[in-house]
Amino acid sequence: MTLPIPEFKFTPKLYDGERQVTWCPGCGDYGIIAAVKQALAQLQIPPHAAFFVSGIGCGSKLPDYLKANGYLGLHGRSLPIAQGVKLASHNLKVIATVGDGDAYGIGAGHFIHALRRNSDFTMIVEDNKVYALTKGQYSPTSTRGWVSSTTPDGAIEIEFNPVVMAIAGGATFVARTFSGDPKHMAATFAKAIAHKGFALVDVLQACVIYNHVNTVEWYRPRVYKLDDDANYNPRDYTAAMQKAHEWGDHIPLGVLYVDERPTYEEQVKSLATTPLVKQALTYRKETWDEFRAAFM
Amino acid sequence: MVTNNMTIKIGGEAGQGMDTSGAGFARALVRAGLHIFANSDFMSRIRGGYNFYQLRVGAKPVYAPDDQTHLVLAFSQDAIDLHLDELVPGGAIIHDTNLQVDANALAQRHIQSFAFPFEAKALEIGRAAGMDPKHAKQMLNTAQLGATAAITGFPFERIADVINQNFGKKKGSAVAEANLAVARWAFDEAQKYASQFDWKLIPPADGVNRMILNGNQAIGLGAIAAGCKFISAYPMTPGTTVIEFMTAQAKRFNLVTKQTEDELAAILFAIGAGQIGVRAMTATSGGGFALMVEALGMAGMTETPVVIVDSQRPGPSTGMPTRTGQGDLLFLLHASQDEFPRVVLAPGGVESCYADTARAFNLAEKYQCPVLVLTEGYQAFAVRSVGVEEMPFEQFEIDRGKMLTEAELDALQPGTYKRYALSADGVSPRALPGHPNAVYTSTSDEHTESGRMEDEDPANRVAQHAKRMQKIETLKTEMRMPEWYGPQNAAITLMGWGATRYAIREAVDLLNAQGVRANALHFIDIYPLDENRLAQELAKAKWLVDIEGNYTAQLAQVIRVYTGRAPDQKFLKYDGRPFTGAEIARWIAANVNTKPAKGKSAKVTKSAKVTKGAKVKLVKVKLAKGVKVKAAKATKVAKAKN
Ligand SMILES: Cc1ncc(C[n+]2csc(CCOP(=O)(O)OP(=O)(O)O)c2C)c(N)n1
Ligand code: SF4
Repeated sequence: MTLPIPEFKFTPKLYDGERQVTWCPGCGDYGIIAAVKQALAQLQIPPHAAFFVSGIGCGSKLPDYLKANGYLGLHGRSLPIAQGVKLASHNLKVIATVGDGDAYGIGAGHFIHALRRNSDFTMIVEDNKVYALTKGQYSPTSTRGWVSSTTPDGAIEIEFNPVVMAIAGGATFVARTFSGDPKHMAATFAKAIAHKGFALVDVLQACVIYNHVNTVEWYRPRVYKLDDDANYNPRDYTAAMQKAHEWGDHIPLGVLYVDERPTYEEQVKSLATTPLVKQALTYRKETWDEFRAAFM
Repeated sequence: MVTNNMTIKIGGEAGQGMDTSGAGFARALVRAGLHIFANSDFMSRIRGGYNFYQLRVGAKPVYAPDDQTHLVLAFSQDAIDLHLDELVPGGAIIHDTNLQVDANALAQRHIQSFAFPFEAKALEIGRAAGMDPKHAKQMLNTAQLGATAAITGFPFERIADVINQNFGKKKGSAVAEANLAVARWAFDEAQKYASQFDWKLIPPADGVNRMILNGNQAIGLGAIAAGCKFISAYPMTPGTTVIEFMTAQAKRFNLVTKQTEDELAAILFAIGAGQIGVRAMTATSGGGFALMVEALGMAGMTETPVVIVDSQRPGPSTGMPTRTGQGDLLFLLHASQDEFPRVVLAPGGVESCYADTARAFNLAEKYQCPVLVLTEGYQAFAVRSVGVEEMPFEQFEIDRGKMLTEAELDALQPGTYKRYALSADGVSPRALPGHPNAVYTSTSDEHTESGRMEDEDPANRVAQHAKRMQKIETLKTEMRMPEWYGPQNAAITLMGWGATRYAIREAVDLLNAQGVRANALHFIDIYPLDENRLAQELAKAKWLVDIEGNYTAQLAQVIRVYTGRAPDQKFLKYDGRPFTGAEIARWIAANVNTKPAKGKSAKVTKSAKVTKGAKVKLVKVKLAKGVKVKAAKATKVAKAKN
């Protein structure tokens, strides 16, 4: 099903949806969708061989603006859908695109289990550190003390660190990128999608309406690229954990951590030969006879 | 003497192996060509606490438990004390000599007690075979079976076969031989009582072997026969055994089964698989279903086929995990915000669990909507001997509805496919994702015909919502009316749904045998139903008695909304226990209004007289003493409820 049929011209345009995009001018999501298209083109994945799953939120609208298969589900519930899709048709390239509230707030339970399950799909989190679609409430990744309509005296909780959690939880690919750097995003997405196993990319995304602190201008001088550091080994768990904790004046971008583990689907015996959706729905009489004998 | 028609109860403490010996005996009986129906009654604890296994045997198929017992195999004092009242006169208790029986109480009720030094003998034979006392004691089970075979006249070889089979490869080992020796000893010892016991189990000459299946296994089988390749679930009694069964069969049928992190994920995995085109399901109980509600609506909105099994237990909340009830019907009918097409089926009996679950998968794909299969704890666990012909697995016809074939997909003009195209019957042609000519998105937002978000435009909203809702009307042409059982033009009609089907049928038979003209109107398809046709069916009922396992008569409420017809009386119970036919018949005899109610036709009067006579007869002749007391209690509860 993944056959890149030759007549596809693999440029980002191939993935242009017919919809008018409704994000605010200046929103980081524009850069993210462009980088997603770039990565798909680079990997030569035709629209019908990709399956996007999202939740609800500004960022989750992304599949609606793409030309590719997609399912825009419920707030916080993209990961189980993505994994069901993958088990049903493991040759599809499955990509979940969700906001930070979706991923780490309401969907946190699914996130933890996706990490340890290592299903072969990519999770791109449009992390703007606010609940944008519902007009600016604080999110799990909002900085402690964040003032919003529901936290007028500042958020009491400390912020959730998704990359630390992902490494600790057993993700086999953990990366961070930044909506102000289109090239870095596209390259990182491509690596994540090409990775065999569960891949998390946390994208520091500018929300020009509700996040006036973590802006492109705020990030720009702080971020630096691990990719440029020849000494950094993303297979070193301890080093990765150290980098994952870094925040503030220095924010590492790039692939923080990589590990190799068989994917969930690889280990499901019934999927050894044919994708489930292509398998016969009926059985030979002998199979049923064996069954009957076992119950008599 | 009564041949091949009796109920045996095997009772003891959890962990004493009543289930194993009960299942072993059931297996021997079925291999001998007899029919069985069996259920265990257990507490939600693993060890300790009183449990019993109840085995009803018949020359003809048996579909429900009886509430009279003929033989009790007592492994603990509780077993003697708790079942004494259920034993019919002439019935017996088989027990170890180290348990106490009140000889006077037994004599008064004409119940016999057959005592054997089971434990001492098991220990003795076990010691000789080199077994430690703990394992030797487990041979109490085989001893009980040996004794049971002797007093019922059942051939010893049939018991020996099952013992041997249980040991499989270890057949012939010292332990297997010790078990056989214990069984043989008990069989020989018990011979002396055989002439005192009136109920016999005699293998018919032309007996055929059958499968033994419970309702949840049958649900799994229905799914597999219908081409379901995927189940995701989170354990919750009494729904758990559906995924357990399918997992045990996964290699044989190449299934993918997945225990997920919670029930939200369970239904979402299934919807994800369903969206791709794999027939997929989940199974849970009411509490787990509560977590699935948001996703249920999503499947309604994205028109994704999915089958959801709710195996009911009494609630609210955690309720009574190991018990049964019918309290979730209204919840399933209304779960999730706003309106969307769904199907609710409530199978009754093992064969219906099979057939109606299989049908659920066709309905889910034909109408591209969630289908809810509503069963309950009692039916999940109870096993029945099922003839091979009752479940013709190979013959099930898979109907995937308006699904585009590979050729049709190839012929599509790229970019023109509309997943949610408007159509007269509400069903849009469905392309499975993955074809270059039919790339599309689905969304839980209101959407256009091509599946793109459109959460503002009122005209689009009206068109899409009406399209979806039209499927309900289309469905009604295919959904089945409730089934009638018993004589036409009966004076009394018993109305029920789901798992009570055979208990109600048995009540109908009992009542008719007593001269009460009764029949039954039973619902398996519950939603959606054609209101006019349903009203016509209900119009045939002269005196409608609603029988349900909940407090508020949920089906009756629904029927009243559909048709305006309310039941004349209701027999409702919510004690967590299944209905039995005798219990329903007793209730009818004791409670059915013999005078025509206001505005009711006077026709009832005549048959009502018959009812009254039957009532006396039923109570006086038919029932054992203890049962009568229970009947009186039930009457009180029920009266208060009317
Ligand atoms: C069950 C449920 N609860 C609440 C909402 C309302 N809601 C929609 S999006 C959202 C938060 C969005 O924040 P995030 O996921 O970070 O995405 P963003 O809009 O910032 O891209 C909420 C609370 C919903 N759709 N569903
Ligand atoms: S509110 Fe923020 S996240 Fe949403 S579209 Fe506007 S800028 Fe983007």
